[in-house]
Amino acid sequence: MEKMSRVTTALGGSVLTGRTMHCHLDAPANAISVCRDAAQVVVAGRSIFKIYAIEEEQFVEKLNLRVGRKPSLNLSCADVVWHQMDENLLATAATNGVVVTWNLGRPSRNKQDQLFTEHKRTVNKVCFHPTEAHVLLSGSQDGFMKCFDLRRKDSVSTFSGQSESVRDVQFSIRDYFTFASTFENGNVQLWDIRRPDRCERMFTAHNGPVFCCDWHPEDRGWLATGGRDKMVKVWDMATHRAKEVHCVQTIASVARVKWRPECRHHLATCSMMVDHNVYVWDVRRPFVPAAMFEEHRDVTTGIAWRHPHDPSFLLSGSKDSTLYQHLFRDASQPVERANPEGLCYGLFGDLAFAAKESLVATESGRKPYAGDRRHPIFFKRKLDPAEPFAGLASSALNVFEIEPGSGSMSWFVDTAERYALAGRPLAELCDHNAKVARELGRNQVAQTWTMLRIIYCSPGLVPTTNLNHSMGKGSSCGLPLMNSFNLKDMAPGLGSETRLDRSKGDTRSDTVLLDSSATLITNEDNEETEGSDVPTDYLLGDVEGEDDELYLLDPEHAHSEEPEYVLPQEAFPLRHEIVDTPPGPEHLQDKADSPHVSGSEADAASLVPVDSSFSLISVSHALCDSRLPPDFFSALVCDMLRFYAEQGDVQMAVSVLIVLGERVRKDIDEQTQEHWYTSYIDLLQRFCLWNVSNQVVKLSTSRAISCLNQASTTLHVNCSHCKRPMSSRGWVCDRCRRCASMCAVCHHVVKGLFVWCQGCSHGGHLQHIMKWLEGSSHCPAGCGHLCEYS
Amino acid sequence: MRLATAANEAYTASLAVSELLGCKQCGGSRGQDEELGIRIPRPLGHGPSRFIPEKEILQVGSEDAQMHTLFTDSFAALGRLDNITLVMVFHPQYLESFLKTQHYLLQMDGPLPLHYRHYIGIMAAARHQCSYLVNLHVNDFLHVGGDPKWLNGLENAPQKLQNLGELNKVLAHRPWLITKEHIEGLLKAEEHSWSLAELVHAVVLLTHYHSLASFTFGCGISPEIHCDGGHTFRPPSVSNYCICDITNGNHSVDEMQVNSAGNVSVSDSFFEVEALMEKMKQLQECREEEEASQEEMASRFEIEKRESMFVFSSDDDEVTPARDVSRHFEDTSYGYKDFSRHGMHVPTFRVQDYCWEDHGYSLVNRLYPDVGQLIDEKFHIAYNLTYNTMAMHKDVDTSMLRRAIWNYIHCMFGIRYDDYDYGEINQLLDRSFKVYIKTVVCTPEKVTKRMYDSFWRQFKHSEKVHVNLLLIEARMQAELLYALRAITRYMT
Repeated sequence: MEKMSRVTTALGGSVLTGRTMHCHLDAPANAISVCRDAAQVVVAGRSIFKIYAIEEEQFVEKLNLRVGRKPSLNLSCADVVWHQMDENLLATAATNGVVVTWNLGRPSRNKQDQLFTEHKRTVNKVCFHPTEAHVLLSGSQDGFMKCFDLRRKDSVSTFSGQSESVRDVQFSIRDYFTFASTFENGNVQLWDIRRPDRCERMFTAHNGPVFCCDWHPEDRGWLATGGRDKMVKVWDMATHRAKEVHCVQTIASVARVKWRPECRHHLATCSMMVDHNVYVWDVRRPFVPAAMFEEHRDVTTGIAWRHPHDPSFLLSGSKDSTLYQHLFRDASQPVERANPEGLCYGLFGDLAFAAKESLVATESGRKPYAGDRRHPIFFKRKLDPAEPFAGLASSALNVFEIEPGSGSMSWFVDTAERYALAGRPLAELCDHNAKVARELGRNQVAQTWTMLRIIYCSPGLVPTTNLNHSMGKGSSCGLPLMNSFNLKDMAPGLGSETRLDRSKGDTRSDTVLLDSSATLITNEDNEETEGSDVPTDYLLGDVEGEDDELYLLDPEHAHSEEPEYVLPQEAFPLRHEIVDTPPGPEHLQDKADSPHVSGSEADAASLVPVDSSFSLISVSHALCDSRLPPDFFSALVCDMLRFYAEQGDVQMAVSVLIVLGERVRKDIDEQTQEHWYTSYIDLLQRFCLWNVSNQVVKLSTSRAISCLNQASTTLHVNCSHCKRPMSSRGWVCDRCRRCASMCAVCHHVVKGLFVWCQGCSHGGHLQHIMKWLEGSSHCPAGCGHLCEYS
Repeated sequence: MRLATAANEAYTASLAVSELLGCKQCGGSRGQDEELGIRIPRPLGHGPSRFIPEKEILQVGSEDAQMHTLFTDSFAALGRLDNITLVMVFHPQYLESFLKTQHYLLQMDGPLPLHYRHYIGIMAAARHQCSYLVNLHVNDFLHVGGDPKWLNGLENAPQKLQNLGELNKVLAHRPWLITKEHIEGLLKAEEHSWSLAELVHAVVLLTHYHSLASFTFGCGISPEIHCDGGHTFRPPSVSNYCICDITNGNHSVDEMQVNSAGNVSVSDSFFEVEALMEKMKQLQECREEEEASQEEMASRFEIEKRESMFVFSSDDDEVTPARDVSRHFEDTSYGYKDFSRHGMHVPTFRVQDYCWEDHGYSLVNRLYPDVGQLIDEKFHIAYNLTYNTMAMHKDVDTSMLRRAIWNYIHCMFGIRYDDYDYGEINQLLDRSFKVYIKTVVCTPEKVTKRMYDSFWRQFKHSEKVHVNLLLIEARMQAELLYALRAITRYMT
């Protein structure tokens, strides 16, 4: 704004000068139009209708056409147009459906000339014929376009849009008889003015209403259209079928579009909602506007180039009651601000960057990155001489790779997969994780886990009677984990297939199916946590999951304990009881063949080296004597977590956070936690560790994180017969009217878990198939295949 | 608790199914269940609507393929086939769009968590004391894991939802009073603030349920069997009749009485239709000839606006809200006040300056993608729906009548169309019809069967349901326009 400049253009005798300037109108404008001599502009709105003279330094109000004490609705203008042949002739479209013409040559104060009241609804647009003095066209909400001859009292011809509202009408500049009209349903029609019975051509241009169109001033066949779908499209109408030649995607619905004079590929647009700026686009470069005018404070409603042969002056009127003259030279150019350099880190530490070619050439000459680069891969885009932005578009991409081994992230993947985060007592989790870390040669991390164990699992917290017991057993044997054997036994106990289905449908977060045997547990857990809906309940949920496992060993017990299972209660005392209750021999047997929940190796269950557990006992006894509460350490632990996060080992921070749960969470603020979680999840997902990432999401207590699992939970499936997507329901195909997946045993539709044989591709409900295969080894479908279930 | 609701669900689902199966099965299975000592609830109402005789409503099982898919869709989405669906299926084309929108609002991706959505539905429906919708959504709310404590009243819900209470109140009864300060208050409330996307979602939900409450009362939807007031545990009378037989029997008696009473006026009402047709024809013709002056046109809007004030049912019996519903909203005294009556002057809302197609749609679609499209479709279908019939006449262009109804509703909310001659409303809508419209739209809880029966006596029930669809969509659009305009003003 401040860097005002003055432009003087000589156009065949007349001289245009001016600067960026504005004036305040009394009311919001709906439309503007420029006089043929480029020295006057008319502004029309609901309660304004004035003519301003465009002088060198300012706008000067010249005439107020809104006269009379009680202004009628006829003066409430939706559109205005100034005749390009006759500078005394104006036409307005009123919101009440009246088309008014104005003759500035009239001697009286009231310049109103003629009134056409033929439209039943609001008239959206009026348009004069570019060369014919007396022909006026109007398009209205009632679905009709009317052509008026100003020498007559009523319309000459009426064109019907089949009761679809007309948003814009424009005479072709080159073809005498042709005009284009755009409609609310997204269509564009081409009419011959002599043939009102049917349109010459019709095509669908946009999705939703087409608000505006503009014929190219030079190119005979080009028509630009703008719609509610935020697109500007340029159509080539010269060919047999209208062909889309360019498409510009804007950020808001397009209210007006105007080709820029003398610039073949430029057009100006403004929006109807939300976005207040006026843009000038080069249609060949549809992503960045060539120029942008940001002066208005409310939506721009009308734009007009000041002179049909001068590309530097743009006028605009707005709902914020201002009229602006923009100078192209003063426009802000987003391209200048755009960053032509890009930089990105790869997953394994590789670095890639793209930059302007000139920049790269000099830099690589000096070899500044010689230190760590092994194979700088160098891409160069081949320049197309026909390309309009040759200077800007040439860029180069460099990639630097890290030497194999040094930056390997395999420890990350291994750790992520093998860490145990929940489902067992804290002491075991810590031991397990310490062991994992030690095996990967990360001794500091391992030490940290061991320390955590000592701090938080000191025997002082455990009832003294259990002390020895828990120390002895707790570290050397893990909890019994369910295996497929248990599952089989329990399937009937858990209820019929409907129950399973329902829980599947309800729990949105159970996308983690760790393995088939763990499925049921996950479901149960989720139900618990969802039912209670207290964000801090995840830990309780885990503990109950353990309860569950115990009960599963003993069905009668489970039933008698049901009320307890339903209500969340204080979990911590219970936790240690769990550790102690199943010390029997059959429990150890179970352990021997139990697959691990987190899907890692069976030996990871918790075979902590004996010596470490001994040392633990001794240390914790010492602590126990001094009676230091764990709270004493919490500040230290938080510092430790921050340290790891700072170091870039966000994995450690998040893992400890999850494992310790309630104990440290309150000391770290929500935002930091959320930040750690998102970074860790992002990393996991980039390594395709979907299961782990989902587990982390599930175990997180931050609301923003746990809702990640609740978005986009829809799975789209295709029909197995016709291969078409099944749109409405997931189990029956609309097209072939067949159910997609039938159970081979009960012949009903499977809506939950579907298991099938990879040999013969028959299958069905999980339980049914399991039951069937217990009794028979042949396929239930009778195909004779010997199915295997493992 | 979790298990309890699960059991409850299974129970209601099975009920819904047995409802569908009809009488034979129920007679058959009853004996067994009684032996088991299970109390079987029996429906109290006569079909899905209290206003429309059961036999006029499509029987489940006799629907055509299109309706059948609609029913299955509805059942798949909601786990039930509710009475609203059964009544709306008079107009399957609309129903499809309605269900799609509702499904999207409640169950698909959106900025608000699921239990919030149902709770907002409860808040909105409770504003009109619509126990039918409240009950349905209390179930759904618990089903998706909502905290039962919230149901004890708005003051038990999170502060964030409490803040929405004010907007809900104003939106339901006097939407023209919404200002950008309301919006600002919600968006800038420290840790309880709403995001713009959440707010738009909430506003769409609120308006959806306000107008759905209008439909529920306007068509006299009966309570669902599994909800309060929808069933009785009293065993059917001593005889061996199935409960269905008895009600059907009763029903036909009712019908006969109504008919004998109605016979007197049959000729009257026949003329009603004729007169209406005549007027429409006249308006169509004289359009071209007589042009009202500008002042005339302007004053007609004012007249219509003012007159709509006096249109109110004479029997102003105060309906006391049921206890359990009233606890969901505060400030029970806040109700509809006529647009033009209250002291301060609120400027008329001009559709040409802010309309759904150009402005509202873009805003909604920007902040809550796809929903703008769905609602836009729904408005279009509702506005353009016609079978070109009127009572016993066929091939009638009803667009004029539909537009009059639509614009009359917007007029009551102070929304004016520059290009409409409000004189038409007076010509086309008679007093009893206006009373019905106004009651349904502004104070739906006061709709009575008498009002429903007394307008357009010769018209079919499906046509009356059609009128209701127009009413609720026009109302929804009016509320949306005010709310979205306030949001736009806040944003600029």
